[in-house]
Amino acid sequence: MSDVQQAVIEVRGLTKKFGGLVAVDRLDFSLRPAEILGLIGPNGSGKSTAMKLVMGIEHPTAGSVRLDGVETAGMPSHRIARMGVGLVFQHSRPLERQTVHENIMLGLLPDSLFKLRISKQIRERARDIAAQVGLTGVLDRRPSTLPFADLRRLELAKAIARNPRVILIDEPFAGLTMAEAAVFSDLFDGFRRDGKAVMLVDHNVKSVAALVDRVIALYLGEKIAEGTAAEVMADETVRRVYLGGSIETAARPESSFADRETPLLAVQDLSVFYAKAQALAKISLHVHAREFVSVVGINGAGKTTLFNAICGLLPYEGKILWEGTPLAAVSPARIVRKGVAQCTETRDLFGEMSVRENLDMGAQHQTKGAAADRLAWLFDLFPILKRRQRQQAATLSGGEQQMLAIARALMTNPRLLILDEPTLGLAPIVLEQLSKALETLRQTTQITVLLGEQNVTFALPHADRVYVLDHARISWEGGPDRFAREAESGYL
Amino acid sequence: MSAPRRVPRYVLVGVMVVIAALLPLGVSGYVLGLLTVAYYFGVFSMAWDLLFGFANEVNFGPTFLIGVGAYTAGILDNRYGLPIAVCVALGTLAAVAGGLVLALPALRVSGPYFGLTTLVAVLLLQSLVVVLAGLTGGEIGLTVPDVISISGNTNYWIALGFMLASGSVLYVLSRSAAGLILQASGQDRIQAGALGFNVVKHKLFAFVVSALFSGLAGALLVFYLGTASVGTLIDITVGVQIIIAAVLGGRRTIVGAAIGAIFLIGMTEALRSTGELATFIVSAITLLVVMLFPNGFMGMLSRSQR
Repeated sequence: MSDVQQAVIEVRGLTKKFGGLVAVDRLDFSLRPAEILGLIGPNGSGKSTAMKLVMGIEHPTAGSVRLDGVETAGMPSHRIARMGVGLVFQHSRPLERQTVHENIMLGLLPDSLFKLRISKQIRERARDIAAQVGLTGVLDRRPSTLPFADLRRLELAKAIARNPRVILIDEPFAGLTMAEAAVFSDLFDGFRRDGKAVMLVDHNVKSVAALVDRVIALYLGEKIAEGTAAEVMADETVRRVYLGGSIETAARPESSFADRETPLLAVQDLSVFYAKAQALAKISLHVHAREFVSVVGINGAGKTTLFNAICGLLPYEGKILWEGTPLAAVSPARIVRKGVAQCTETRDLFGEMSVRENLDMGAQHQTKGAAADRLAWLFDLFPILKRRQRQQAATLSGGEQQMLAIARALMTNPRLLILDEPTLGLAPIVLEQLSKALETLRQTTQITVLLGEQNVTFALPHADRVYVLDHARISWEGGPDRFAREAESGYL
Repeated sequence: MSAPRRVPRYVLVGVMVVIAALLPLGVSGYVLGLLTVAYYFGVFSMAWDLLFGFANEVNFGPTFLIGVGAYTAGILDNRYGLPIAVCVALGTLAAVAGGLVLALPALRVSGPYFGLTTLVAVLLLQSLVVVLAGLTGGEIGLTVPDVISISGNTNYWIALGFMLASGSVLYVLSRSAAGLILQASGQDRIQAGALGFNVVKHKLFAFVVSALFSGLAGALLVFYLGTASVGTLIDITVGVQIIIAAVLGGRRTIVGAAIGAIFLIGMTEALRSTGELATFIVSAITLLVVMLFPNGFMGMLSRSQR
């Protein structure tokens, strides 16, 4: 049994702090040969950081990582790589001037300054690896001419070139079609049969469930569950993190909005491509004036892409209508002046400016009196910002930064406020404060809100309608009260 | 496509080398002198391209390396009357040592800070030369009693041979296995590290190689010109010329950098009759080429061949 087998990776008390933020908090886990472990967690849960700590790309603040009993915490990544750990990156940046063959050979080269010629063995070995991952047909092509799935294969080929005993794979199936994902699954299964220890890092259990032997779930840097895929999916804490507990909803019926004929915002058959990967596939949705609409979906589902398309920041196919007029030919700056304000996932604050200066930036196009009124109203909505007026934005806590980002967006007096993952990496207590502020907005103003979230608990209570975005498509739409019954099971 | 069969590249290069070698038979001493300087500048630019094109580090201080090599060699000759070969060897060594001192701390700070550090190094060297006027000749310049040769033809051939040899070494290095690792380190240092490559080691090596050729070329140039001055070897504008030449010729090609340098010096000279306008015209051409063909002359060439 694999249980008696010695672990190849032994992680104990692993902790990583970025300034005041604890990204990984006293994490323990082990990884055995011939096993596939799933490390899952919502965005900001620390799973990517944990993976980088094992690879040595980040150095832990405390704790230990042992590779076959040897302490590797604090070692540079090239030494850890040479000890037998490989990482398959999600975003590939292959050498564009070299062929696929040469790119694979790169992974086979010794770390020498004086090695000028590439030996015949290396050429042959690279050919073998290409055959193993299914790149034989494109060996002499440049990476830029490859389809997306082949680029992923190339990343895989480079990572396994050194024949690592441990393979860490970041978002193994992101951007792949079902058929391609099945082929990759077989490859990963092959690694397991070869006795390698494999760790898949992903957002949800569903995508890796069929493949993994064990799953560890992270939330806010801590391990919240461990077990088989089925056990973790059934775990109470996991369900609460992904789905929330009982949710009280207060949706207003769609018939209650005045602009039923021509909604404020209508998206029709919208498709967006990033080079080769399809980020949105013919999605349609609409938002009425004064309505609160939530778009829920795991990271990578296409939420941010949707919002960027609405704001005119991306080329797209299909139509986006604002009060019935197409926005395709309108510049991003004019879209903002029409009344669209986006609060991005990354918050995009001016970190070196004070809280007050950030807010003033949002009031550029307003008269002094109007701006002052608005400021007073916003300080009412977010009292903490009033106390922190003169503090530098970069030194605020995560929650305060999020409030400032929302306040700055509201400062422009928008008609439509787009909120992209406001809960990202925030503690539950902060979520409550944000939640209250949203409810106040809904009760007391004329504003329309389009909210993108992976946190269903946060997204549902204020929503009048909900769309579920799954792998570039809208897979469900309806009222928040129906969500638990109809959409929840597919979401984990 | 019925495009004419393309001439193999090595034939093209061979023909150009033969023509260049035979030039002393046909052109004036003035033009030869100009080309001699241009060839040394070609080496400066090629050495710079190894850092920018392959290691992806913008070195704003190529003249720091050149200046250290040139002034060390010049001072040793001027003060102690050492043989030229010894002066050149020690000058090169000094440039490599100076490069190491500069790059070791600078390579740890990634991003724009590397470039800024190298920029400051140039200013430091420049003021050092002025402050130590007794040793360096200060703003007037340093005169060296010895020259490589008094024959213009010999000087020309030495410069040509030196450029070809340096270019070959740099080219082979850039296309080698180690060059592949260097490119990977330049493009994505995190991934290169995860593949088992010591990124700092490879970048440092590239810097040392760049310093070696810059210093060597600088030292040789002093013994061709017979003088060393801040204005011709160290000034920021000289560094800018070297950078422009490399970008103009085509990033990540090595060969392009030399072509760019020869073009730049040749054009400036050809337009000398236009007086003050010359710099303006050359700059405008550079701007156009860089905007329309970001890959420079070599990029234009490979595109037209496709």
